[in-house]
Amino acid sequence: MDRFFRRTESYIFLAIVIFSILITIINPNFFSLENLFDLLKSYSFVGILAAGVLMVIISGGIDISFMAVATVAEYLTVLFITRFGGSMFTAFLAAGLIGALMGVVNALLIHSFNIPTVIATIATMNIFYGFLIMATGGKWIYALPECFRDFAGIRVFTITNANGSQYGLSIITVLWFAVLLVSALILRYTTIGRSLYAIGGCGIDKSPARRAGLNILKTQVFVYAYMGLLAGMAGIVQALLVQTVAPNSMVGKELNVIAAVVLGGASIAGGSGTVLGAVLGVALLAILNNGLTLMRVPSYWYDVLIGAVIILSVAVGALQGKRKKRKAIEIEEKAA
Amino acid sequence: MNQTLRKTYAKHPEGFVLGSIILFVFCLMWILNPARFLRPGNLQSMAFQLPELGLLSLAMMVIMINGGINLAIVSTANISGITAALIMKGLVAAEGGNAVSAILLAVAAALAVAALVGIANGFLVAYLDMSPILSTLGMMTLLNGITILMTKGYVISGFPPAYTAIGNVLVFGIPLPIIVFGLISAAVAFFLNSTATGFELYMIGTNPLASLYSGVNLRGVLMKSYILSGLLSGCAGLIMIARFNSAKSDYGASYLLVTVLASVLGGTSSTGGFGKVTGLVLSLIILQIVSSGLNLLQANAFLTRALWGIILILVMVVNHYSQKSSGRTPA
Repeated sequence: MDRFFRRTESYIFLAIVIFSILITIINPNFFSLENLFDLLKSYSFVGILAAGVLMVIISGGIDISFMAVATVAEYLTVLFITRFGGSMFTAFLAAGLIGALMGVVNALLIHSFNIPTVIATIATMNIFYGFLIMATGGKWIYALPECFRDFAGIRVFTITNANGSQYGLSIITVLWFAVLLVSALILRYTTIGRSLYAIGGCGIDKSPARRAGLNILKTQVFVYAYMGLLAGMAGIVQALLVQTVAPNSMVGKELNVIAAVVLGGASIAGGSGTVLGAVLGVALLAILNNGLTLMRVPSYWYDVLIGAVIILSVAVGALQGKRKKRKAIEIEEKAA
Repeated sequence: MNQTLRKTYAKHPEGFVLGSIILFVFCLMWILNPARFLRPGNLQSMAFQLPELGLLSLAMMVIMINGGINLAIVSTANISGITAALIMKGLVAAEGGNAVSAILLAVAAALAVAALVGIANGFLVAYLDMSPILSTLGMMTLLNGITILMTKGYVISGFPPAYTAIGNVLVFGIPLPIIVFGLISAAVAFFLNSTATGFELYMIGTNPLASLYSGVNLRGVLMKSYILSGLLSGCAGLIMIARFNSAKSDYGASYLLVTVLASVLGGTSSTGGFGKVTGLVLSLIILQIVSSGLNLLQANAFLTRALWGIILILVMVVNHYSQKSSGRTPA
């Protein structure tokens, strides 16, 4: 029990349970399989991005450019497939590659010129997005390739409810879970995953990690390329979900994903964070958003409430970190 | 002649480089727009546009000097502007004409709101040890939400003419906003260079732990810097609504990147500890010349945006190599 209360994930889990009970009391429609499957589908876009953002944050950096990367990869891939044809597989592959390439650009800038990650990715966000909108005029694409419509409708299993409408586990959700699984395995069992924690844990000065024999360049290229790969895939998922390509719909919403990851206990200073935590963070924000709709709260309250929840929970996390540090000092003093 | 040049360079290397860049972009834009660039109308409109961005950049720089970043500056400007707008609309409509007292009250309330936001940011960063990126991002979302709530997403417009004059009047041919900006930046420069708190701000940016051990009141100084940053953003908001004669919850969103760019271009270190008002003002002049010149060429707004990104990276690359050669390495 003591171990349960020491983990940030536990608090998020409790918050989710409390919110769920509250929302269900006000609107029982919340607590249904149909709503659950719906949420799992519509939040797979944010969920996939969260896995990438988590890795970047663990490595001690931050990426502001991933929404721009997702937009560029989505737009170019849809244009490509509309013109030359191709399957869903080529779509994910192409978007992932385009995204990974942009991620490598980020990593090289950050590593070669020692640019702080916030500034480098704010710059590349504007470069990627600016050139895309300049070249395309920011036109929305309404006519998606045939395969996009077919793929979005696939369900792994289907349930028919009392009044005849069908729902079920979407293949998009399965894709999200696969991404989560791969990310968790990388973080836990691979050398590069472990070195992310090591590099993130040593703060701005990376020389301890270098002396320990870690290849900083390789790790950074990996983590930003992985972020880009997932951003590209997430771009395609977004196209599948809304069945249009709206280039102005994603950029500017970076905070939603970063906040979810940090809510889940990843430290912005680097070196800590888990996939489970990130998923719980996404779930908390999803339930909050969905609950506000179901409770018929006017939409202009959303940003206020979500901003307040973010500040509150990050503050709680910061206070916890402070208490932990104080405890560590006390133990050291006792030992000395 | 050559010797004096060399002497000034040795004394102010950054000012020298920025001055040369100003000369270069000025000539470039003049050549590209021979007919229109040097017209007094264009120069005046440049001087009208610079102060908002300038005040916001000062607000960003004050925080970057202590090693943080304030992503809430634009939303702080908006909430102050909207507060002033609502008060003016309400009072002038109710009393039918007593504009002066309404304007004074509106300005005071706007600055109070801005200071309050600064206190909130300072509390989160200095007393709760939250990372500045996260706390100010959260504050940005919160403030955006509140401004949407205050305006229901609509534009508020139609202020007393005495107020809009602040944004549009010429004093001896010089736009009033740029005079206001000049006075405020002189005050900020005095604060940073000649007061103890200003000096401590640089110390915190260079090494927070060392400055704490040498007796700096870390929390108090951080708090003061966030209040100053809030007030500067509030002034930007007040000028912004005077110039547009309207207020809305999403004005100026594109300024955020440019304020970081202006600070870094002007020699503010992104890891803290360095940065001067003169450098910032010179870099603002460069950016204003480039953006007005591109505007006259009718360049795509998104090309300009991409260009800002490229310039920001170039500046960081140049800084990297000049720091390497001068041995002033961060961390």
